[in-house]
Amino acid sequence: MSQESKALAEKAQKLSGKQVGDLLMNNMLVIIMIVAAIAIAIYRPAFVSASSIINIISLTAAYLPAALGIAGCIVLTGTDLSAGRAVGLTACVSASLLQTVTASNKMWPGIGTLPIPVVIIIAMGIGALVGAFNGFFVGKFKLHPFIVTLGTQLILYTLLLLYVQQGNNGGGTIGSLDESYTNFVRAPLFSIPAGNGGSIPIPCYVLYSILLAVIMWFIWNKTTFGKNMFALGSNEEAARVSGVNVLVTTIMVFALAGAMYGWTGFIEGARVAANNANTGLNYELDAIAACVIGGVSFVGGIGKISGIIIGVIMLRLIFVGLTFAGIDQNYQYLIKGAIILFACALDMRKYLAKK
Amino acid sequence: MEQPALLEMRGITKEFPGVKALDGVNLTVRAGTVHALMGENGAGKSTLMKCLFGIYSRDGGTITLDGKEVNFKSAKEALENGVAMVHQELNQALTRSVQDNLWLGRYPKVGGLMVSERIMAQRTKEIFEQLEVNVNPKTIMSTMPVSQRQMVEIAKAVSYDAKIVVFDEPTSSLTESEVEHLFRIINMLRDKGCGIIYISHKMEEILRISDDVTIMRDGTWVATRPAKELTMDEIIKLMVGRELTNRFPAKTNEPGEVILDVENLSGKYTRLKEASFHLRKGEILGIAGLDGSGRTEVLENLFGVMTKESGTIKLHGKEIKNRTPRESIKNGFALLTEERRATGIFGIRDIKENTVISNLKSYLLGGICLSDKKMKEDTDWAIQAMHIKTPSQSTQIRSLSGGNQQKVIIGRWLLTKPEVLLLDEPTRGIDVGAKYEIYQLIIDLANQGKGIIMVSSEMPELLGVCDRILVMSGGRLAGEVDARNTSQEEILTLAAKYV
Repeated sequence: MSQESKALAEKAQKLSGKQVGDLLMNNMLVIIMIVAAIAIAIYRPAFVSASSIINIISLTAAYLPAALGIAGCIVLTGTDLSAGRAVGLTACVSASLLQTVTASNKMWPGIGTLPIPVVIIIAMGIGALVGAFNGFFVGKFKLHPFIVTLGTQLILYTLLLLYVQQGNNGGGTIGSLDESYTNFVRAPLFSIPAGNGGSIPIPCYVLYSILLAVIMWFIWNKTTFGKNMFALGSNEEAARVSGVNVLVTTIMVFALAGAMYGWTGFIEGARVAANNANTGLNYELDAIAACVIGGVSFVGGIGKISGIIIGVIMLRLIFVGLTFAGIDQNYQYLIKGAIILFACALDMRKYLAKK
Repeated sequence: MEQPALLEMRGITKEFPGVKALDGVNLTVRAGTVHALMGENGAGKSTLMKCLFGIYSRDGGTITLDGKEVNFKSAKEALENGVAMVHQELNQALTRSVQDNLWLGRYPKVGGLMVSERIMAQRTKEIFEQLEVNVNPKTIMSTMPVSQRQMVEIAKAVSYDAKIVVFDEPTSSLTESEVEHLFRIINMLRDKGCGIIYISHKMEEILRISDDVTIMRDGTWVATRPAKELTMDEIIKLMVGRELTNRFPAKTNEPGEVILDVENLSGKYTRLKEASFHLRKGEILGIAGLDGSGRTEVLENLFGVMTKESGTIKLHGKEIKNRTPRESIKNGFALLTEERRATGIFGIRDIKENTVISNLKSYLLGGICLSDKKMKEDTDWAIQAMHIKTPSQSTQIRSLSGGNQQKVIIGRWLLTKPEVLLLDEPTRGIDVGAKYEIYQLIIDLANQGKGIIMVSSEMPELLGVCDRILVMSGGRLAGEVDARNTSQEEILTLAAKYV
C-alpha cells in the first residue's frame, strides 16, 4: 500500500493540466456519486445516520461476493448472466436444508437440520458446478460467455422451479429457518450505540464478505491462477503459446465465480429468509454494474478487487440515496441503466487511442 | 570447423485438405550458427515452424533434437525442451507488466501457491542486464513502444535457456540501432552454442547475420547453402524459381500539372508537423522515412482518418477540408491502408462485397435497392482489370493470397473514380512475383492521369517506381529528392535529419 501511495504522490507532482482533466474524467462516475451522496445527505440528514450507513454497509456485504465472482468472468472479456439464477437455486437449496425440525411444511422432513458447514459446501459446490459447466462451454467450444450463460440461466430457472415443487414445499416460499442458520448469517457481530439509546447491530455476514474479499485479492494477485487469468483476459493467444492451460483456467474462473454465487445464495437464504423461485432475480445485473463502475473493464485483463468493492458501495449508496431522496422506485432502473452506460463509455475512453 | 547438427528436420510433410503445404522438407541447424529460412509468402516457412512447435501435427517426417527424436505436442512442450520462438506478431498480454509477461506460464512460486514477485523481478533484471535491455520490469506492456516489446519477447525466448531460438521477421518494427542491438544478442546466443533459425525477407540482413541459408518454394525444400556463397540475385532466383531480370516495370508515366497542394499539414494527436508538398497529375510521389517518422501520418491526416491540427489542402486550387474519410472520398481521394488484414479487407466477406463496398451508392436502383447486376459487372471489371486470380466472385477474400487481396482493394478504390490515390505500403506481405504486378498497376494508374502518393519502407521500391520522393524524419518533412538522381544513402541521411 505504501508503495502505491508513494507512486500516487509521484504522479501527483508530475500532473499537467491535461492529466488533471483526464484524471477527473476517468473517475467522473465516482465523483458524481459522491457529490450526489453529499447532496442527499444535506437534503435528508438521516441518510448519514449510523443506521443508514450500517444499512449501506450490510447491503454492500450482501452483494459483494457475487460481484467478486462475476468480475473474473469480465476480466476474461466475458460475462455471466446465470449468476442470479444460481444465487436463487443455492438460496433455496440452503434454506430447504436448514429449516427448523418443527416447521409445518418442512421441505425435507426426513433429514432434520444439517450442519452449517455441510450446507455451505453443498451451496458453493452447486455454484461451482454451474460455473464449471459455463466455463467448459466457453473454453472448449469457444462460445461467447453471453450465449453460454444465457442458456445456463434458463436451464437453472427450470431447475429452480422444479426444486421448489419438491418434498412438502409445493412451490411455496421456503421459510421457517433453523436458528443455527439465521444466527450464523445474521447474528450481530457487534452493535453500535445509536443516538436514540438503542443500538444498531452489524450482521455477521459483513465479516464473511470482508474475509472473502481478502481471499479473492490473494487469489487474483498472488497466485499463478490469478496471473494466468489476467494474462488470458489480456491476450488469450499469448497465454496459450506461453503454456497456460487456457481451458482449465477458463473453467476455474467460471467455477470460482459460481462458488461465489453459491456463497451469496447461502447468505441470501437466511438474510432474505423468504426463498422462492424469484430469489436472486437480476443479481447478475447489479454485480456487472458494480464491476463496471469499479473499473473492471470489458476490454479484458483489467480490474482490481478494491475497485469492485468501491463499485458495489457506490451502487448501494446511490440506491439507498434515491430512496432517501424520495425518488420513485420506478426511476431506479432508469438510473441504473444510465450509470452502466456512462461507466462503460468512460471506461472505453481510456482505451481508445486518439488519432 | 563443422559444428554438429543440433536440430534436424527430415522429410517433413503436411497436408491440408486439397493442398500439400509441406512436401518432404529438410532443415538442419548446426549448434552455434544462424540458419536463415527464406521463401516467398506461402512457401511454407511458418507451416514448417508450426510443425516444429507442435501447433500443427505433421503427416510425415522426423525431428531430431540433440540426437534424440522429438515430437512436441504444444508450444509449451517445445519451450520446456529448449525450443523457443520470437513471434512476428507480438503475442503479449498488453495490460500486464513486463515481468508478468516474461514469466507467464512458469511463474516462480513460494509455498507452492504464491507467486514470488521478488524472484520474478530479480530474474528479469538478470536477463535484461545480460541482454543490455533497458526496461523497467514493472512497466505495463501497452505503455511501451513496439520495439521495446519486441525486446521483451526476445528476452523471454532467451530466458527459457533455449538451445534453438526461432526469430520470425524480428526486425520488421525495429529501427536501425535496434537492429544492431538485436544482432548483438543473436551473436551472443550463437557464441553460447545455440542454433538460431532466422526468418526474414530482408536479404541484406540475412546475408549479414546468417551462416547457412535454406530456401523454400511452394512447400518444398529448394536449397541449403552457406550464406557466404550466395548473392542477393541468386537468393531471389531460388525463391522465385525463375530469374527476375527486372524487379520493376518500365516507367512510362508523365507527370503533368499540379493537382494537389498541401501546406503546413500537422496532426493533432500525431507527431506530424507542418508538412508542405504538392502532387502532379500522373505523378507517383513516394514518401520514405524510418518507422515512426510520420510517413503513414501524412496519408492518414490527408485522408481524415486522423484529426488535423492545422494545414490547408487545395485540390485544383480549391481549398478542401477532408475532415473525415467520407468527405475525402467525395473529394476524390482513396486510401489503401497499411495493415491490409486489420483495416483493408473484410476477411470473411466475398470478393464482390469487398470490391463494391466503397461505392455502394452508385448501385442504388431508385435510391432503395442495390442492383446485384451492376455490382457483379463492376466486380468482373475489377477482376479483369486488376488481374485478380480468384475462383469466383463469391470467394471469401481471406482465402486469396496477399497480392490478390491487395488488387481487390485497389479495384475497390478505383470504382470510386479517385483523382488522388494514397497507397500505404502497397506491397507489404506480398510475394516478389506479385509485387511486380502491383508496380505495373501503379504505373498504369499514373498513366491514366491519377496522382499517386505512395508510402514504403522498402527503399528500392520507392527508387524504382516513384518520380519524386519525400523523406520524413521525426514527424517532419526532411527533404525531397528526385527518384532518378538519388541514392539510398542520400535518403537515409535525410531520414536521420530530425531523429
